[in-house]
This record gives sequence, structure tokens and C-alpha cells, in this order.
Amino acid sequence: MAFIEFKGKQIEIDEDGYIQNLDDWTPELAEYMAQQDGITLTEQHWEVINFLRDYYQKYQIAPMIKILVKEMAKMFGPDKGNTKYLYGLFPDGPAKQACRYAGLPKPTGCV
Amino acid sequence: MAGLPKPEELISKVNLKKMPSKKWMDTLPVEFKPGFYCYGAKGKNLEYVEFPNARDWSPTDPDWKLPEDWKKIVIEGIKQRLERFRTFHVFMDICVRCGACADKCHFFIGTGDPKNMPVLRAELLRSVYRKYFTVGGKLFGRNGGARDLDLDVLKELWYYFYQCTECRRCSLFCPYGIDTAEITIIGRELMNLLGLNTDWISGPVANCYRTGNHLGIEPHTMKSTLEFMCNDIEEITGIKIEPPINRKGAEILFVTPSGDLFADPGIYNAMGYMMLFHEIGLDYTWSTFASEGGNFGFFTSLEMAKRLHTKIYEEAKRLKVKWILGGECGHMWRVWHQYHNTWYGPVDFLEEPVSPITGTKFENAKSNKIVHISEFTADLIRHGVLKFDKSRNDNLIVTFHDSCNTSRGMGLFEEPRYIIKNVCNHFYDMPDETIREQTFCCGGGSGLNAGEIMELRMRGGFPRANAVRYVREKFGVNMLANICAIDRATLPPLMDYWVPGVRVTGVTELVANAMIMKGEKERTMNLRMEPLPGKEEQ
Repeated sequence: MAFIEFKGKQIEIDEDGYIQNLDDWTPELAEYMAQQDGITLTEQHWEVINFLRDYYQKYQIAPMIKILVKEMAKMFGPDKGNTKYLYGLFPDGPAKQACRYAGLPKPTGCV
Repeated sequence: MAGLPKPEELISKVNLKKMPSKKWMDTLPVEFKPGFYCYGAKGKNLEYVEFPNARDWSPTDPDWKLPEDWKKIVIEGIKQRLERFRTFHVFMDICVRCGACADKCHFFIGTGDPKNMPVLRAELLRSVYRKYFTVGGKLFGRNGGARDLDLDVLKELWYYFYQCTECRRCSLFCPYGIDTAEITIIGRELMNLLGLNTDWISGPVANCYRTGNHLGIEPHTMKSTLEFMCNDIEEITGIKIEPPINRKGAEILFVTPSGDLFADPGIYNAMGYMMLFHEIGLDYTWSTFASEGGNFGFFTSLEMAKRLHTKIYEEAKRLKVKWILGGECGHMWRVWHQYHNTWYGPVDFLEEPVSPITGTKFENAKSNKIVHISEFTADLIRHGVLKFDKSRNDNLIVTFHDSCNTSRGMGLFEEPRYIIKNVCNHFYDMPDETIREQTFCCGGGSGLNAGEIMELRMRGGFPRANAVRYVREKFGVNMLANICAIDRATLPPLMDYWVPGVRVTGVTELVANAMIMKGEKERTMNLRMEPLPGKEEQ
């Protein structure tokens, strides 16, 4: 099992870098994970991450991209509610990268 | 695709005619190449369904944390299965190594690895069988094609049984009818006895056991997702649909893979189902408990498959439905068509399926009481129940990928094609030797659709992609239709890699796009909310 060393604590991650215990998540950890990828989290990134976390709290799963796009549009306008914008923020894809920073598990199955 | 060589580079190094420099038994230990093996299972997921030897493990760890008597467990496991499955015993004995299967496997074609020839994949296990269960093997050892089971052999078995998608194309060409997929299925069962599962399979299994579906979608999430889809349907058609969920006394229980509730493009298929059922006024219900048609348990052990499958019938009983309608899924139909009746015998609490719209009696579903959505829809079309504006699909030049399980597993060839031809003006089949019962796998079936084995998937999917490229170049095909949720997940990256410009769709999405609904507004968008042909300006 792999770990991230963060603030003197070992945080368990899976092979793709998703944290294993969702309680380990802190905003500072998200910033640290992004830094490792050469990304500085801005307010725009946090809008997405916070939405993902809220959705997860409510539904125990990451939202499908379509829901993410639509809700972003609702909350922040059409400029931010489109996949191009989201990929601009998270080049590896909002489903994978943003969920990883948000501390959500990766979806498995016929997906 | 990140980390992968360019397509031409990937395939140009494959040489199917090269003779290996060593005899196959001398090639151990097997090299675990990144991109060719899945991550090991998490202990918590194995524990959840009481699988043996639950612990976190990784295939590349030198120590697989096996029980001390692992060898005895495997040999005893083989013995039990030889006694239980006559087929397995016969398949272990009768192969004459004629090689007819060798170049029929998509993984051999795409990797050139001799151990991906079905004959040799099976031989990996046969050699162990001979050693412990045949006189010849016991007496002559290696000269009799037998070898000891040691740790290196175990690792080799694991590596190659997880490089087979159980598609059964090889068995079609075997003069003896040896079903190598069955050998893989049993091989994986043996691995399961030692807790050697993959993360991508055991995660969904644990999820499904807990929540009723692979993705772990809980009831309120499923409800909100279906409602979200219905909002989109209203925006596109002007028609408001209330999705029926867990409704007791409905005539029909509808079951489909949970991928269609989450992933693009499956979600458009789920919208399509609801539009179709609304249009014909079907008395049906979704279930949040039987919320998965697929069965990843089938990729671990038959017992686990049965445990997951049972919930669908328990739910059918609880909701007091008359029969079950199944969505577009691949291996779900293999389980249903080839295992269900052996497990349970005819179901006595449901009725023989009759279409409430056309009165058609589905004779083929007499014993297990489940009808395939393509049979159901084709019957509706045949009776003229549905009205279509095919021109809404005029921007699409469509070909159809037969899913391994619905084609070789249940012989469903004509219905999807009949449907597509009725809702699209442009349809072209791929070459004969790559479709229907000879179809090529998507490269990611049987739980091999994990992200970490993208190279294996691109190689294994090459023969399928190559046939798509042929019809793309010849007829301009730009849409690959299918009736399987794993296809809808695996084919988009496969197309992006080998045949850019070809997109992927379920068949029901095409139906719903073309279907003229009573009271609909003038449609300007398809289900993906892209402008319909001729409506681009509006």
C-alpha cells in the first residue's frame, strides 16, 4: 500500500493516488496533491472541488460529468458550466483529477 | 493516450509468426509488464463478501501473502471442479494442439505473446492438471506435458487468466468445441480461492453486494439521477416523465447495468429506455435494490455470481411483477442465458413474458422470464407501434459491434440490426469474419476494463478497431452502436486511439432520437443535446 507523507502523517492512497480513508482529507492535503502535479489550486479549482465534495456528502458517489457541468452552469454561469473549462482547470479530466483532489474514491464497474 | 506509443508503433512490433527462442515451460518467471496487469484487490472488498485470504495485495509484490497451504488449496480446487464440471474435465483432456484457435484470439493478435494463444493459455493449466491428475503426467513429468505447481507457475496462471476476456471467439473455431473461456472462468475461480482478485472486479462485487449495483449508487442517488435525466428529456422533447421506482404491482421489472446511470454514453441509453417506455405506456418499474444487470461476481466465482444474481429475482418477487425486461448489457445475458436455469431451474413465481403492447409471447424466455430490450423493441417496430423520423439520425453513419456475450452467448444477431435499420438511414456492417458469431471483443470484457491496463486493452481491441477503420474508410462510418455497457465504456477510448472520429452509442439511444413521441415539441437536439441535422442554425 502506498502513502503520501503529509504534515508528519502517513496518508494511505491507492495505486492511482486516490486517498483511501476519506476522513484523511483536508484542504491543505488537496493543495499538496495538486502541487505534486505542478498545479496551484485557485478559487476556480475550489469551486469545482467544493461542489464535488458537497455532492459526495449527499449522494455517496462522484457526480457524473453531465451533472457536474450542469450544476456548475447553474451556480457560476455558462462560462464555467462546460467541459472545455473544466478540462482547462483539470487537464487529466475533472472526473479523475478533481475527484482525486477532492478526496473522493474512483468509480469502478462498467465505466 | 498518456504513456502509450503511437498506434502504428504499437502494432508494428507485433510479429505473429516469430518462433519463440525458448520452449514455453522454460520462460518462467513471467515478467509483469506495466499496462498488462490489473491492480490487486483491497482486503476490505474481499472481506465484505467473505472471499478467502482477504488482505491488500499487489501483483508486483514478491510476497503475495498466500496461505501456507496454497498449493494444496489449488490442487483440491482443481479436483472439486473436475468432479463438478464434466466440461472442464473434457476440456483438460481432449485438446490435440491443432492450433486452429491460435490466431483467433484478439489478445494474441494484438500482443504476439504466444501465451495468449488460447491453446497455450489453456495449456498453462493443463500442464498442472496432468501432473496431479493423470497417470501419464505423474509418470513422465515434463515429457508428458506436465509440470509442478510452484509460485512462478501460479503467477503465470494469474497473469494470463487476466489477459483473457472470456469472449469465446476461439471456441468457435475449435474442432472439438473446447471453450477456453470456461477454462479461464475456472482458472479465475482457482485464483479466487487464494484471494488473488483484482481491484477493478472485487470493488464492484463488494459494491453490488452492499448497494445492489457495481458503482455503489444508493437509492436516493439513483432517484436523483433518473430525475436529472428526465429533466433533460423534458428540455429536449417537452415531455415530462416521472420515473417509476420500486413500484409494487408493476407488470414489469426493468434491470440494466448501472454504468448506464453514470457514464457517458450509457446515460443517453438510460434516457432512451425511459422515453420508449413512456411512449408505449409500459407498466414497469426500476428498482434501487436490483439496480444492476451486470454481474462482476461472474468474474470471481460462480457462487458469487449466483449471490448477486439472486437479488434480481428476490426483488421481482417482492415487487410482485409478472416478468423482467433486461437492458443492453453483455455478460448479464451470458449469466442469464447459460447459467440461470442450471442454478435455479424454471422460475415459478413469474409469468411467461407477453408484450402488453403487441401481445407477442416471448417463447424463448419461457423458463427464466426475462426478455432482452432488443427483442422487445424489435417486436414493437415489427408491429408498427412506434413512429420514427429517421432523418434525425441522418448525421450518423452507423455500424454495429456484436457484443461477445449477446452474440456467441445467446445468438442475438438480427434484432439490433433490424432496430438500427428502422431508425437510421445509414447502416453498414463490418466484414463478415468480424461480426455476429465471429465478432471481435472490445478488448476490455470480463472485468478487464480497468484504466491501468490501457495498453493491453488497446492491443486486444485492435482487431475490432481495425474492422471499424475498414468501414470508416469505405463508407464514412462515424458511429459504433452496441448493446453492452462494458462496450460503451471501453470502445470510446479504443476508437480515440485507433479510429479517431468514430463515436459510440447504445442502440436504444438511436431509437429514442428517431422516435416521434405523442405531444412532443419540435425537436432540435438529440439526447446529447447536440443540434439535430438541419437544425444547426437554431
